[in-house]
Amino acid sequence: MAEAHAHDDHGHDHSHDHAHGPDKGIMRWIKTTNHKDLGTLYLWFSATMFIIGGLMSLAIRAELWQPGMQYFDPELFNQFTTMHALVMIFGGVMPGFVGLANWMVPMTIGASDLALPRVNNWGFWILPFAFTLLLSTFFLPGGAPAGGWTIYPPLVLQTGNSFPLLVFAIHLMGISSITGAINVVVTILNMRAPGMTLLKMPLFAWSWLITAYLLIAVMPVLAGAVTMLLTDKYFGTSFFNAAGGGDPVMFEHIFWFFGHPEVYILILPSFGIISTIIPTFARKPLFGYASMVYAMGSIAFLSFIVWAHHMFTVGIPLAGELFFMFSTMLIAVPTGVKVFNWVATMWQGSMTYETPMLFAVAFVFLFSIGGFSGLMLALAPVDFQYHNTYFVVAHFHYVLVPGAVFGIIAAVYYWIPKWTGVMYNETLGKVHFWWSVIWINVTFFPQHFVGLAGMPRRIPDYAVQFTDFNQISTIGAFLFFIGQFVFFYNILRCALWRTGMKPATARVWEGAYGLEWTVPSPAPYHTFEDPPHVTDAESPWAH
Amino acid sequence: MPNLSPRVNLVLRSIVAALLGLGTFVARAADTMENAYWNMPKGVTEISHRVWWLHMYAFWICVVIGVLVFGVMFYSLFAHRRSKHPVPATFHESTTVEIAWTIAPFIILIAMAVPAAGTLIKMYDTRNADLTIKITGYQWKWQYEYVDQGVSFFSTLESKANAARQLHSGIDPKTVPNYLHDADNYLILPVGKKVRFLLTSDDVIHGWWVPDLAVKKDAIPGYINEMWAKIDEPGTYRGQCTVLCGRDHGFMPIVVKAVSEPEYEQWLAQQKGANAAPAPAAAATPAATEVAGAEPAPIPAASAPAAAPAADAAKPAAAAAPAKLGHDELVKNGEKIYASTCAACHQATGQGMKPAFPALVGSAVVAGPVDGHITQILKGKNAMPPFGPQLSDADVAAVATYERNSWGNHSGDVQPAQVAALRGK
Repeated sequence: MAEAHAHDDHGHDHSHDHAHGPDKGIMRWIKTTNHKDLGTLYLWFSATMFIIGGLMSLAIRAELWQPGMQYFDPELFNQFTTMHALVMIFGGVMPGFVGLANWMVPMTIGASDLALPRVNNWGFWILPFAFTLLLSTFFLPGGAPAGGWTIYPPLVLQTGNSFPLLVFAIHLMGISSITGAINVVVTILNMRAPGMTLLKMPLFAWSWLITAYLLIAVMPVLAGAVTMLLTDKYFGTSFFNAAGGGDPVMFEHIFWFFGHPEVYILILPSFGIISTIIPTFARKPLFGYASMVYAMGSIAFLSFIVWAHHMFTVGIPLAGELFFMFSTMLIAVPTGVKVFNWVATMWQGSMTYETPMLFAVAFVFLFSIGGFSGLMLALAPVDFQYHNTYFVVAHFHYVLVPGAVFGIIAAVYYWIPKWTGVMYNETLGKVHFWWSVIWINVTFFPQHFVGLAGMPRRIPDYAVQFTDFNQISTIGAFLFFIGQFVFFYNILRCALWRTGMKPATARVWEGAYGLEWTVPSPAPYHTFEDPPHVTDAESPWAH
Repeated sequence: MPNLSPRVNLVLRSIVAALLGLGTFVARAADTMENAYWNMPKGVTEISHRVWWLHMYAFWICVVIGVLVFGVMFYSLFAHRRSKHPVPATFHESTTVEIAWTIAPFIILIAMAVPAAGTLIKMYDTRNADLTIKITGYQWKWQYEYVDQGVSFFSTLESKANAARQLHSGIDPKTVPNYLHDADNYLILPVGKKVRFLLTSDDVIHGWWVPDLAVKKDAIPGYINEMWAKIDEPGTYRGQCTVLCGRDHGFMPIVVKAVSEPEYEQWLAQQKGANAAPAPAAAATPAATEVAGAEPAPIPAASAPAAAPAADAAKPAAAAAPAKLGHDELVKNGEKIYASTCAACHQATGQGMKPAFPALVGSAVVAGPVDGHITQILKGKNAMPPFGPQLSDADVAAVATYERNSWGNHSGDVQPAQVAALRGK
């Protein structure tokens, strides 16, 4: 991943000055405006946050090993659940996707870099400060925010000293996301190689174009919501304070107007990744390219009109309840189209199962399980029983871990030979896959049962009849976490310890198509300074 | 099957046997799915039965779709791997197929949406209720008011569980019956009556859920939500708070006890007699005049904290001269109230949790003048809610006395009369 040193020997002979490469040492990373460097930084940042967020989840699972309070005060437990979510969503998955966009959006559309490189640098370097602020709250008197990542008032207004830091950290994350999103949109709309019409564009770029629009639309909404919380707490306003004429439910509406598109921000880039990987290893063009694009567009549109399905129990009127139930159910249609298309791409292919393909297949299967439970949750009268139970926890972890996170992992395995110039260790990759796919199911599948049986989410202690499933879940969580270090070792080998390893070819995978495979491995520091020629051979999906 | 070879015959027989076996298994599974410890309870109301049916209906639809789609996928993964299928096909679109698998899900969705909408409409019909219960969420307890009956009480975590759930308590929760799902006071309801619930909150958002009734709604400050249940079978039905509401969110049990109508009427009559109702709404009703006839309630669950002060006349509304209480009695009552009301923040040790929850050990308020101490309990301060509406004068006196005589504090006793004098000021 860290591949990006100056290659002055990459076959270009231009009149413009190439004499100096990037700075040496730490200043290279601080000052860089190179999309590959920044992609690398984003990905390492994301990996760090996955470990921190993962450790919090282990703390949660340890406390839930058995009934009774063993290790933590309930308040600290609430801090862990809150911060686990914030760190994983805003620190793990989103920067992971932005890192992949940095590396691969320019390379898949034949652009030399992102359109706004300095903004790109700024967007990344905000994040370490944002998360230092957020994580430092654990060491403040009163501890970290404990009102849940959904930060509902009035509870969140009881937060102590950490409250303004939470708000400020969310603002910073929002600024970072918006700059990244603007960069992606501008790059894709303006800097595609000649001949690459929108409907010849690889699906990863498509998925990110749609994701970026969602980000630009909803991150400001979140910023507005947390600003209103801030003024409610410190400046005497009553946006959400019922006693002052405000409305706590309004916050939920605003939050989920952000929050539902947000959950598609967390999955759409994975759709793009899976749509790239499956055709490669099936050696067959993606089935239904156009319908894949339309499906993602429909999902993005629907994401704006379904938010209140997170609020079926707040007591919205019957007509609203019915509207949000029907609109939510509709999401199953485009999502179903995508799954059918992936299966149809495999059908009559000539498949091999290298690690990226294994993760992609597991994605299709396990994400769909999350989709099925999502469909069940869409039924408002039944949601009264599911809402805020572990059934919901199981649902969103199925779409986020074997969904979003497996997508990121698959992408890293798929593209790391291109980034570093060497192949990862396939055996370790397969070990990592089987270990992960087994323990992730051991972790999250029992949570369906315990939720249906009546265990609410976000509780530090539980009635004794829930013990068995919780213990299974805890075992799975610890083993899943440990297994990820096989992955980190495999990446580090490619990135840092690659002397003597077998160099990767330019195309890497025999079934791979797309402009990124036309440049050498590792990709030179600067690619496509001359716009490439887009041939039909590199876009077999589009003709 | 005369024309079949014995081998084919055997295969066919095996298939039939397997299908029969599968059918039996599915039937058995369906049977055990009712009230299995890993599935949604079927519950005890008509609505909960409908919801359970919808849940299983949606589940089996998902199972069938999943088996079909992933059956195809796994077959393909096996049959179309390179070693078996070296030359890939080249097709990559089919308008017919794509339209078909866009329309088919629509039809399935309509088949799910219609019964779901029907059930939802029934759930929203709160008209013609036989009785109304107002439920108020507090951090971290529930208040139940029998509207127009003058009966009102609080319900908190039962004391054994409360002791066991403390960090490093050393008490095995398995030894506590219905750990975290038992309360000191139950919500008593009659079977066969349509009960309307009005739900609100005094502080943050809570969630009131009893799985067996398929009733779950959020308790939101400034809002009154409505839901209803008509319970078919007598029994005790347990649930807990479902919306994260702060430190003790996991320790807000909900217990509904459904009894026959005569039992309910008897219980209600006794409550009307016994209920000294610290809540002003209840105290203002004629029920307050019936205190003299108070008798111990036969349903153990009904020994409401609100019923305890009936012994003395220390009701905020009835400003009769309160009895003087002995030191031991005050401390004994105070310890109980402290455990259920104060310890969540100030801790059983009185050490608090700085900086949000100050220590009471050596506290200036506890060691200081009695009036200041009482006023803070009645009116609250900063994060501390006012406890005046929840606690009777005797309760406040007891808990203040307990605090002033525990953990090394020695600042004297407090009598209900002192509290009564400060209430309303």
